[in-house]
Amino acid sequence: MAVLLDAQQITKKFGGLTAVSEVNFQLQTGEIASIIGPNGAGKTTFFNVVTGMYKPDGGKLLFAGQEIGGKAPDQIAALGIARTFQNIRLFGSLTAIENVMVGMTLNYKSGLIDALFHSKRHKAEELDAKRKAVELLDYVGLRSAANEVAKNLPYGAQRRLELARAMASDPKLILLDEPKAGMNPRETVEMMELIRRLRTDYNKTILLIEHDMKLVMQISDRICVLDYGVKIAEGTPAEVRANPKVIEAYLGKGASA
Amino acid sequence: MTQLRKLYSQLVGLFQSRRTAPAASILLTVLTGLMQVLVPQSGFSILFTLVAIYVVAHANVHTVTKVVLAVIPLLVAVPIAGRDNFALMPLMVQLCIYVALALGLNLVVGFAGLLDLGYIAFFAGGAYVYAIFASGQAAKFLPWFAEHAPTGLGGWWFWAAIPIALAVAALLGIALGLPVLRMRGDYLAIVTLGFGEVIQVISRNLDHPLNITGGAPGIAPIKYPFFFGIPAEYNGIAVYMVALVFATLTAMAMMRLEQSRLGRAWAAMREDDIAARAMGVPLVKMKLMAFATGASFSGAMGMLFAVKQQFINPDTFGFMESIGILSMIILGGLGSIRGVIVGAAAVTLLRFQFLRDLSDLFAGAGLPPALDITKYQPLIFGLILIVMMIYRKEGLVPATRPQIDVDNLGAPVPKPASSTQGKALGQ
Amino acid sequence: MPEALSILPQVIVDGLVVGFLYAVVALGYTMVYGVLEFINFAHSEIFMFGAFAAFEMLMLLQGAGFLATLPPLIALVATVIVAMAVSGGLGWTVERIAYRPLRGAPRLVPLISAIGVSFFLQDFARVIWTAARGNYQLTVPNLISGTIGPWKIGSLPINVMIPISALIIMVASVLMMVGLIWFVNRTKVGKAMRAVAQDRPTASLMGINVNKIISLTFILGGGLGGAAGALFAVRYGAINPYIGFILGMKAFTAAVFGGIGSLAGAVVGGLSLGVLEAIVTAYLGPLTGDILKGPEYKDIFAFVILILILVLKPAGLFGKATSEKV
Repeated sequence: MAVLLDAQQITKKFGGLTAVSEVNFQLQTGEIASIIGPNGAGKTTFFNVVTGMYKPDGGKLLFAGQEIGGKAPDQIAALGIARTFQNIRLFGSLTAIENVMVGMTLNYKSGLIDALFHSKRHKAEELDAKRKAVELLDYVGLRSAANEVAKNLPYGAQRRLELARAMASDPKLILLDEPKAGMNPRETVEMMELIRRLRTDYNKTILLIEHDMKLVMQISDRICVLDYGVKIAEGTPAEVRANPKVIEAYLGKGASA
Repeated sequence: MTQLRKLYSQLVGLFQSRRTAPAASILLTVLTGLMQVLVPQSGFSILFTLVAIYVVAHANVHTVTKVVLAVIPLLVAVPIAGRDNFALMPLMVQLCIYVALALGLNLVVGFAGLLDLGYIAFFAGGAYVYAIFASGQAAKFLPWFAEHAPTGLGGWWFWAAIPIALAVAALLGIALGLPVLRMRGDYLAIVTLGFGEVIQVISRNLDHPLNITGGAPGIAPIKYPFFFGIPAEYNGIAVYMVALVFATLTAMAMMRLEQSRLGRAWAAMREDDIAARAMGVPLVKMKLMAFATGASFSGAMGMLFAVKQQFINPDTFGFMESIGILSMIILGGLGSIRGVIVGAAAVTLLRFQFLRDLSDLFAGAGLPPALDITKYQPLIFGLILIVMMIYRKEGLVPATRPQIDVDNLGAPVPKPASSTQGKALGQ
Repeated sequence: MPEALSILPQVIVDGLVVGFLYAVVALGYTMVYGVLEFINFAHSEIFMFGAFAAFEMLMLLQGAGFLATLPPLIALVATVIVAMAVSGGLGWTVERIAYRPLRGAPRLVPLISAIGVSFFLQDFARVIWTAARGNYQLTVPNLISGTIGPWKIGSLPINVMIPISALIIMVASVLMMVGLIWFVNRTKVGKAMRAVAQDRPTASLMGINVNKIISLTFILGGGLGGAAGALFAVRYGAINPYIGFILGMKAFTAAVFGGIGSLAGAVVGGLSLGVLEAIVTAYLGPLTGDILKGPEYKDIFAFVILILILVLKPAGLFGKATSEKV
């Protein structure tokens, strides 16, 4: 298996605070991996560096062999990395299907002239985009809500919509930031299933941040543990579970689940 | 009160029921036409016309019927009435111009979420581009014109100037967009305001060393163009027709843009620019395109304005005008194409018809000319903005997202439906 | 060239005088922004109403015969106090009616409301005074006249003349600034204001009545604007409903220049902008061979500065750059 995401000694500072310190992490194609750690460990900061929201202060970041450290978020999205957000960031006033269609913006080329004159390209792309969007909504179980305005959807549906939107650009790597936050147990199980199916059905590589140990242990091929910005452990769920440093960082909370 | 409500819903029902709607629409149209022709002096009849068009546009009849019925009052009755009421044609032209301007500003503010307070600057750009060469102004600083066209280019220049005005306005839009790319909403607004002021000051002072803009007195007279080889009639029916076409094309353009990849990208940028960026939306390009496209519509209407007025001066292109257009879209419904048209019509009628009627009324009752009602426009714009923000931010006709028929994707049906109620959803 | 330089001291002094006015008005903008993260677009009209209030007060004094008998300083202080009260009250009213209902709304909503208030107040003033006095462009009764200067240091002549009314502006401004900074830093209420500016929810949890503090901010800011308006009226002798617009834009630019939210920044920004503007006005013509004449373009100089700051260093001189948490 090839290395898809190669983070080498990634460091990010905010003034005097070092949020992420020399983190080394390699993600293989087709893996589902998780980044865990206590609050403030630097997990979302790491995500933000990978997706281009922050420029790393040190280290090298490679995606499919290409250097992406310091590139802008839209450039990184164009290279095939998509993400969801810790606090859902949907386009609230747009309908569900429109949200997904925005996710596809990179896949098409229609511009101002095409739109104004309803060119062949515009018509073909619109139809294609709608078809694919409906497919994705179907996949996450939101077809009946396609024309609902996103902010009116119930919370669980919004999370699934964000996932569908992330899938829309047909990315190679999907970053999920706390995908099950705020969900009840039944919704969590469904989300877990959905994430697994993304790997099997669409061959996506997935990196997630999570606090729920049960989810992380059940779904991950590998886990990376951060604490105060530093990687303190890495390995299979079994290895990480038994690691005394990890247990110490969590003070035994959930690690024995 | 309930009697009135019953009456209202019965009336609405007349236009919604498949059986009665066609007859009701035709009747209404005929009534409107009659009113226009028989009572042309009244502001009320104009209002009636516009309301009738709105009602027919939403009636449950075939689209072709709607177009024909809505268009008859506009294309037939108004010109006929204009023969008796000399103020009617210029008013209708003004209405078309403001509708188009409001639609253009709606693109920048409503679609893309960029609060542009200096929108009139692009209008000025288009107006000056046309006026300079359609009058004696060009002769004052370009020797070729002094020799060959001392009173300016007439006739065909209007049509040649359209792409030039569009381009100049678009460039101005980009000139404004570049510095504000990274600015937050409220700062962006203030800077756009400044931009509008800068353009006004420049147009006021660019009469030396080269007399390009005519300075404070402005440019006059402006030659009338030939429309299709016929010199435009004095009471401006041809100007009105062209204005109507411009306004209609603008509305159509906006509808197309709204349901396009570009329109959705703007909406995403407006809703959450960080998430939009993460989805690959190129923010810089989108912002510049919003400014440039919105600006070019403004520029084209500026040309038309110059034609209608026959003179232009810097005083017309000030902050108050920008705020006037803003109040139209806020009143009508930010982001809503129908809403903005309604808002523009309402504010224009208010400004140019009803305020005048009120003014005559009060003047007759002894109000001194210094307190003339027609001067109260800033007061009214201000009140509109405050009241709408507090009581109905979404406007009179709130924006709705187009509904896509997911089961019949061969022909997507963009029938807007209100989707403000949340519903529990099953899988 | 030496001739151009010889007017420089006068130019700088003139710039400083105007700069003090900008600074006092800028304080109002920056205070409200610090507490609410909101640009009070109508602050310029609150300044304008202060000028009109001062006018009415002076007309009253003149009519009652006091203008001739009272020492001008007493009349001035009385006028300024009246103006401060009127503008402070106006500021309070505007906040309650047009801004408070919009407290939680997205940022642009109260801004649009503020623009509406600004327009409304401008025209409202025009209507009121046209009805009451027959005209909206009014001449203020003369209170203070005379100038001081020029001076000599040793045998070096300093060609600077300062009108006494200008001197009074400078002194009054300094007094007000010192007073405000003392108030914000040394009193309990001032501390509460700083707390609300830093973290509103926590301040409220600590028992601070946030609504009262916000009201107080608008009263203080308005009062300062009113005082500036009164000083403006006394100095320039002519007022109209539109004096707020351009001056307000410049004062806002000054606040941004110095770092929005920072009181010291507003002061430094105001003074710097005043001096820079004066220099540009004086020298733009000669520098461009009279193609661009200074007085014609001086009003947009401030806009140019605003754009430059917001593009190059949005935090201004004393501000901190903030970034949104993702």
